[in-house]
Amino acid sequence: MSVIALPEHLSTVAGAPMSYWRTVAWRLSRDRVTLVAGALLLLIALSALLAPWIAPHDPSAGAIRLRLAPVGTPSHLLGTDEQGRDMLSRLLWGGRMTLVAGLTPVVVAFLVGTVLGVIAGYAGGLVNTLVMRTMDIFYAFPAVLLAIAISGALGPGLPNTLISLSIVFIPRVVRVAESATVQVKGLEYVAAAKASGASVWQILRHHLLANILGPVLVFASTQVSLSIILAAGLSFLGLGVTPPAAEWGLMLNTLRQSIYVNAVVPALPGLAIFVTSMAFNLVSDGLRDAMEIRT
Amino acid sequence: MSVAPLLTTRALRKHFPLRGGVLRRTQAWVRAVDDVSFEVKPGETVGIVGESGCGKSTLARLILRLVEPDAGRVWFDGEDVLRVLPGRMKRLRRDMQLVFQDPYASLNPRLTIEDAVAFSLLVHGAGRSDARDRARALLGRVGLDPRLYGRRYPHELSGGQRQRVNIARALVLDPKLLVLDEPVSALDKSVQAQVLNLLLELKADRELTYVFISHDLNVIEYVSDRVLVMYLGQVVESGTADALAEAPKHPYTQALFASAPSMDPDRRMERPPIAGDPPNPIDPPSGCRFRTRCAFAMPRCADAAPPPVAVAADHDVACYLYDAATAVTA
Repeated sequence: MSVIALPEHLSTVAGAPMSYWRTVAWRLSRDRVTLVAGALLLLIALSALLAPWIAPHDPSAGAIRLRLAPVGTPSHLLGTDEQGRDMLSRLLWGGRMTLVAGLTPVVVAFLVGTVLGVIAGYAGGLVNTLVMRTMDIFYAFPAVLLAIAISGALGPGLPNTLISLSIVFIPRVVRVAESATVQVKGLEYVAAAKASGASVWQILRHHLLANILGPVLVFASTQVSLSIILAAGLSFLGLGVTPPAAEWGLMLNTLRQSIYVNAVVPALPGLAIFVTSMAFNLVSDGLRDAMEIRT
Repeated sequence: MSVAPLLTTRALRKHFPLRGGVLRRTQAWVRAVDDVSFEVKPGETVGIVGESGCGKSTLARLILRLVEPDAGRVWFDGEDVLRVLPGRMKRLRRDMQLVFQDPYASLNPRLTIEDAVAFSLLVHGAGRSDARDRARALLGRVGLDPRLYGRRYPHELSGGQRQRVNIARALVLDPKLLVLDEPVSALDKSVQAQVLNLLLELKADRELTYVFISHDLNVIEYVSDRVLVMYLGQVVESGTADALAEAPKHPYTQALFASAPSMDPDRRMERPPIAGDPPNPIDPPSGCRFRTRCAFAMPRCADAAPPPVAVAADHDVACYLYDAATAVTA
């Protein structure tokens, strides 16, 4: 996607150009794909948030006589699962788990990773070597394997999933934050700030963070979809959320054997995962374009 | 001429390590600045000229202590810059400021230009509105109407306008010394002239002292009272701008003047301009560093670096051609 140029009349109204964030908002408002994906995300987030009120049934109440009902069954709009539990209710409740498991690790990684990356990048030398080589150790494992290994060691459950996924994502954020820091640190406006007597903290706050937070935030947002998929994958393997709680990955796991009886119902949690992670990807793409800093 | 110099450097030296290999061991040293000594008197403009890569920019950063030298001393206004305590250093920084070469990398893209100029004042404890007012006043002084440009971001300005912002940022702390590192090199010729004239006006208005670094001999001649010619990290000739223009002594200076384009046919010299690129500063030639490209190189040039010799009052040349012992007149 190309960056949308600001129209002349907007950037020069009465000699008062738009602030950076207003420019970003203006660019986003012009990007239809991102708007649609964003609206979809909002819808998913809202439905997950409001699950207790809008779910038509108890997500864990089964009915032996109504197992694997097809999509469109009266009072079970999206059918029922292998224990006769309402799919729509379970998808709504499952969305809460999946979103929490997808977003939390990325938020944690964004905070911890940015701090570590900026410290490593700005300090340089031994500190940099120490931090970055430690991150490399985590980098040596494929993301899925690392998540499985840590989760396996910690045991199943949502908190342990969050911990293991945070550990997976921290090194990635550190790398991006570190390279952005090193790049900005070498620019002349940082030297100018130093020459005017600014302290390290003043330089970090006004010159460095302002210029690296955007790119790091955009990178972190691209990781949300991966985090959702990994979280779902962990519970699919029985390492994440424990039954009978509803979670998309877990639902996919338990419905797996029913695929020959009813092919549509087991596909629904997979579809939910796909649509959600796709929407996150599209929104982060749009963010990247909108947040580009002009120099 | 017994005025105390505002800035004095003694035998400044900076070698940058080149690291390589698995263990990041130092494999070689880039000898960016080697034993550079000079004085700048209050109110004068000292030009430093040389090819790219000769250590001019490193020298600027050494003077302002943005880079710590390996050896040598810097005195500014009677204080030993390299040994003052951090608090005093912060105070000293108000008096010595730098204007950068690259009008694009030298402004924070996320700050409006009035905020960029006001930042230094905030660092030194000025109030927010006071800092903004002073920044806006100074923007007006450098030719940017604050009502029109104050709230703009750097990407909305041209190169010349950005360089004016850079100058305002350097001046907002009311410094005594301004080090200008190629301040007009990135600009078009017509804009260069405007910015140079602005710099000369500001100098007269505010009783500034300039260290003016450039690779452009015409620019240096135009602004400078005295000129230092640098080659591979060393000063090869120094003297008044007039003396150097009238009678350059060092073969390198002569070659520089010969290669500088001139509109005046009488000023064109018969000397051949230098050929080739400067040698690598990682492994400079022994003795005189210019000998590999010098038309007058003698065997002894390879043995030891020639010390500076005074050929006239306030005119020193580091070349054996003018050594009393050799007594050859070029």
